[in-house]
Amino acid sequence: MILMREVHMDLISEEKLENMTSMEKIRLILDKVKTGRIVVLESGLTPDEEVRLIEMTMTEIRVDEFSGIEIESYPSKKGGSFLNRIFGKGFKGRMTVIGPANQIHTIEKDEFQISTKVSVGD
Amino acid sequence: MGFMSSFRENLGAWIKKIFKKKRAKIGLYGPPNAGKTTLANRILSDWSGGDSMGTVSPIPHETRRAMRREGLVINANGSSIELDIVDTPGMATKIDFKEFMAFGLSEAESKKRAKEATEGVIEAIKWLDDLDGVLLVMDSTEDPYTQVNVTVIGNMEARKLPLLIVANKMDLPNASPSRISAAFPQHSIVPISALEGSNLDDLYQAIATHFG
Repeated sequence: MILMREVHMDLISEEKLENMTSMEKIRLILDKVKTGRIVVLESGLTPDEEVRLIEMTMTEIRVDEFSGIEIESYPSKKGGSFLNRIFGKGFKGRMTVIGPANQIHTIEKDEFQISTKVSVGD
Repeated sequence: MGFMSSFRENLGAWIKKIFKKKRAKIGLYGPPNAGKTTLANRILSDWSGGDSMGTVSPIPHETRRAMRREGLVINANGSSIELDIVDTPGMATKIDFKEFMAFGLSEAESKKRAKEATEGVIEAIKWLDDLDGVLLVMDSTEDPYTQVNVTVIGNMEARKLPLLIVANKMDLPNASPSRISAAFPQHSIVPISALEGSNLDDLYQAIATHFG
């Protein structure tokens, strides 16, 4: 008998992310990932938000409960208005996949494509 | 990041560029086991006469506390630069104590190491706010497109701070610095072997050029 396993994925739109603070985004991601969900962000995170996510992840790692995250994104793109670029706000995040480290594994990644494998536990 | 702090950061970067600062605080960053401490030890040995920054080990996360060494004067290409070197713990997005048990550590040792490693990653991230530039050390035998590399590079670009990629482990047969060049063509790359001390002169010249 073939057993069907389920993977819960949340695809979060750019519009939703635009209306959230950095801390709200990080909390949303970690809360979902810690319950075993895979999160796909349409517009990703800024470089600063990425390091804050890693930092927060480290504080939440617990033996036998949560070993961290697998996160894959493309390098940020410069963008935004002239004034935003002058004040260092001209970096736009790109599509990002985040999941529990024990479930999501990157197979291959380059500038144009991210291939991941999702394992479903027993 | 607030408007004023962002403005101050960018203004600071411009001023440093204009006045060509000759003293710089440089962080060695990279994933675990890329050879950061081996390189730090090599730099210290070459420019301070035999000191060492820390111990090295095949077990990941051997460096779990940032180590700083001040006032290293590097002479290269007819110019000199005074560096404060910060050897940071390996950056990672996950730390599983079972990985350390595979290297023969006991469960208790592995759990302790995992806890310290998470603190080390946080410390490495905190140091990003207090540096003038980064040497990003990559293992030339590994896929360079890791999230740690992408995140460190993204942060340095956003902060407009200089970054030099060190393609380490060139002594290994499957080393491929061209993969790193292809992944990050916008940044300078210096292939070296920190273990054997090869091509270090090129690295010192690049350091003087980038951070001087």
